[in-house]
Amino acid sequence: MRFTLNGRTVDVRAHPMKRLLDVLREDCHLTGTKEGCGEGECGACTVLVDGEAVNACLVPFAQVRGARVTTIEGLRGRRRLQEAFVEHGGAQCGICTPGMIVAAAALGRRPNLDDIKTGLAGNLCRCTGYSGIYRAIEAAAVPLRPARRRGARGKRR
Amino acid sequence: MRTAISRLSLVEPRSLRHALRLMRDEAGLVPLAGCTDLYVALNDGALRATRFLNLWPIEELRVIEPRGPVLFIGALATYSSLIRSADVRRRLPMLVSAAREVGGRQVQNRGTLGGNIANGSPAGDTLPVLAAAEATVVLGSATGTRRVPFTAFYKGYRTTVMRADELILGIEVPEVEGRQWFCKVGTRGAQAISKVVMAAVRAPHPRVALGSVAPTVVRVPKTEAALTGGASVDEARTILMSEIAPIDDIRSTAAYRRHVAGVLLGRFWEQTAAGRPVY
Repeated sequence: MRFTLNGRTVDVRAHPMKRLLDVLREDCHLTGTKEGCGEGECGACTVLVDGEAVNACLVPFAQVRGARVTTIEGLRGRRRLQEAFVEHGGAQCGICTPGMIVAAAALGRRPNLDDIKTGLAGNLCRCTGYSGIYRAIEAAAVPLRPARRRGARGKRR
Repeated sequence: MRTAISRLSLVEPRSLRHALRLMRDEAGLVPLAGCTDLYVALNDGALRATRFLNLWPIEELRVIEPRGPVLFIGALATYSSLIRSADVRRRLPMLVSAAREVGGRQVQNRGTLGGNIANGSPAGDTLPVLAAAEATVVLGSATGTRRVPFTAFYKGYRTTVMRADELILGIEVPEVEGRQWFCKVGTRGAQAISKVVMAAVRAPHPRVALGSVAPTVVRVPKTEAALTGGASVDEARTILMSEIAPIDDIRSTAAYRRHVAGVLLGRFWEQTAAGRPVY
């Protein structure tokens, strides 16, 4: 079955009812996505499907036919977010960390603390008490650029 | 390698019509929407089915749109799409509140309104909203479409009036006059299944619906009649606490649920009083 995995079109043969989590780990050998509870409570297995965070432990493989799947291994351009987790103590034992970072990546480039808390309500961490995680995501938020002068419109970057 | 899923099979319909024919032709075929309950039920043995029908790709079941006097919400509308929908926000804000309380973002992105209805848990977060809004369930089969008032949809614990060959196509919500109110009480702020969940509408004839206090979601006509007749909220609370039938289970106790239901009725009445900011 064809789908896009971390930006590349892939064709994977697996049972249509196999959990996306197991397809990623066993058939695609991408073990960055972790299994925690296996019932949609903890968010450790969070991946993006067409840009939206989902629990890979709840999605049958057949339901990603033709979709874009992004795992922790494929989060390009979010290095700042990953480094911020290190700098701010956002990771301790590490089992929740890939899911936390993928869920945070789904929040866009400039989430505020409310967005972060709501967006990560489905990700459980038993070590950090969450404060380090929230600090890391806030620190990684792309700062607002100074207001552009009139006439500068269209000159992106 | 043979695993627990080897005995399962998934049927892929080409269209809604095809899906309805498949439901007619094969007994025991279980429709799948967002699957947020599927593996949990399979793993604990609550679901014995082996043949499934994948509804997820059927785009026409995702529609959310005004149709004449009603708002139509397709069965595959996810909680996230309910939260984003300008029509749902404007006409049924209590459904947006309920959708925000379902699981975390990951489950909201996948779980569907039709799935919540079909699953039929007495704790389903959106169900009191549909009961209080006097919604109608639109059922489809290979032979046609029929409409069932949501308040007549459940016959008992997780049992409905649906025939085996029918699918939920969506719900129709009439215009709701009055102030809408919703509250869910669980073990923690997020990722909890409710101990008590209430949706209510403050209107000349107030409507109150509760989940997790009976085998199905319930309206409470005696309590509503008391409020309509001008009884005090304390009197109405006493009636409510005798009108519901909560039980002790893994999530709470009957006594706690009865008490909390009374508290919620008081909050509803206070927070929707005239002069309070519109919810």
